[in-house]
Amino acid sequence: MIFDRPAIIKLVVGVALFMGAAIAGGLLDNYQLQVGTSLAMLSVLCMGWNITGGYMGYPMLGMAAFFGLGCYIDAIAQVAGIPVVAAWLLATAGGALTAALLGLALLRLKGHYFAIGTIAIVEVLREVSNNWESLTGGAVGLNVPILQGDPETVGRFFYLAMASLALLAFLITIVIDRSRFGFGLRCIRQNEQAASMVGIDVFRYKVAAFMLSGALGSTAGAVYASMVAFIEPKDAFSLIMTIEVAVMTMLGGMGTIFGPLAGAVFFVVLREFVWANFINWHSGILGLIVVIVIYFVPGGLFGTNWKALFRRAARPRASVRSQPAL
Amino acid sequence: MLAQYVVNGLLMGGLYACLAVGFALVWGVLNIVNMLHGSMVVLGAYFCLVGVQQLGLPLYAVAPAVCIVLFAFGYVIQRGLLNRVITQPILITLTLTFGLELIVNNVILNVFSATPRSLAVNLGTLDVWGMRIPMVRIVGMLVAVFLTLLLYWLLRHSKMGRAIIAVRMDRHAAALMGIRIPQIYALTFGIGALMAGAAGCAMALIYPVTPMMSGVFLGKAFVICVLGGLGSVPGAIIGGLVLGLVEGLGTLTLGPQWATSVGFILMMAVIIVFPSGIAGKKGYE
Repeated sequence: MIFDRPAIIKLVVGVALFMGAAIAGGLLDNYQLQVGTSLAMLSVLCMGWNITGGYMGYPMLGMAAFFGLGCYIDAIAQVAGIPVVAAWLLATAGGALTAALLGLALLRLKGHYFAIGTIAIVEVLREVSNNWESLTGGAVGLNVPILQGDPETVGRFFYLAMASLALLAFLITIVIDRSRFGFGLRCIRQNEQAASMVGIDVFRYKVAAFMLSGALGSTAGAVYASMVAFIEPKDAFSLIMTIEVAVMTMLGGMGTIFGPLAGAVFFVVLREFVWANFINWHSGILGLIVVIVIYFVPGGLFGTNWKALFRRAARPRASVRSQPAL
Repeated sequence: MLAQYVVNGLLMGGLYACLAVGFALVWGVLNIVNMLHGSMVVLGAYFCLVGVQQLGLPLYAVAPAVCIVLFAFGYVIQRGLLNRVITQPILITLTLTFGLELIVNNVILNVFSATPRSLAVNLGTLDVWGMRIPMVRIVGMLVAVFLTLLLYWLLRHSKMGRAIIAVRMDRHAAALMGIRIPQIYALTFGIGALMAGAAGCAMALIYPVTPMMSGVFLGKAFVICVLGGLGSVPGAIIGGLVLGLVEGLGTLTLGPQWATSVGFILMMAVIIVFPSGIAGKKGYE
């Protein structure tokens, strides 16, 4: 593990951000807490996705599958009388285990096939939760026992829980970014065969990354399910969410430490201030954001070389034309 | 009873083939998973409905017009938007087409509203050996199969078709042979959209259509392409028939609510066991 000065600065900035958020939790009103919690949740999902989709460069579109799985594990466990936090841990383990099993099969695929395989998991799990009524309550949904206490305290509890999870995800990201493991993942992104040739156990690395993504997604789902106290299949396994997570991370910068966080913040701000005014054009605006991101900031906020971009923009146009043709 | 389900499945399968063949072509030639495909099917269906119900034109005039409109739509989208990112990694092209799909679907939803609409054409039923088959399904399926086979024939025997196949095999070599790659890409995408529009017209004859069905259509197209093999046109026909049959039999044995899952689970199995599909060739990635 190499912790040079920039990495330490990033670590300190990140931890300070979360500390600030945790302290601010005492001052926020109910609505702000809700926004904060959903922001923390999306950051967790983005950081989880970033491991497989960003560092490893596999087009994973199955984050909602793990999220929904976590929702249902938590709900079923809590209905069976298991205490909240234990149910969350159960969801973490369940998510990691499912990811390991799926990864063994899916990670042998590449490109489109991998992308479609992961989308198909979302679809299959949604159908299963829709039809397996004795376990999941079917399309009607499932009620999760509500946490005792006054709404303010409960809201604050979930906010802190989600923020701690986000902090954990952030620490995992920074460790991956600076460690041998992350280096291996980046090698895999660039050239899998070459990576295996220099002695990286490619398959184990891939499964490990996939498991981390799965565990984070599933835990976020579990906390979410306990918070909203009611889940239904189309909410838990949403195709929109699975794409949103990828887009948010792209917006912030894939395979960077702060990218997922920045993407989630940008997205939530946009959602709260823009979408609220255009109820009917929700998905259309999301689509527009996708198109804009891909055409104008394909590297994302933290993945674009802004300095070079500005230098190029500052250069007078004529000089570009006067350059010799290749 | 079994025969009835098999025939229903095969009739559906013909439609599925038409639905998936454009998707398969685009995937094979452009190496793009076109998430927009489902919305193009819905768009075709709605244009058809508007033409017949609101403008009062005859169906045989509306359907070709719809196909032409969608061809133009696809051509423009490819030329204007997709061509710029075509060499980018899969995640980029896939997310971009999904973004476009969200926009198009949102527009359809706001223009046509979410109420299911259907042409509800009744051409009577055919009774053979105790099976009841609505004529309109047979007509829809025949048209779909005819168009699919026509496309297959054109790909094999027209100059343009050979050019498309050449680009699919090796785009660099094709460029050296004087084929204009961007032109072929746009044509291919246009043809994909055209087939989607045709499938939409046929769907509107048989089922009530809502904008929300774009995801369902896209899902079917995925499954069929994986079953039949990536980017292969005959593969899409085989995959369509297989999916129709499997769904028919799944409905019979497990109940209708599991029909879609059976298709997806079959797809997962095929993807894992032999990723090049039933009729697919190796080497397309």
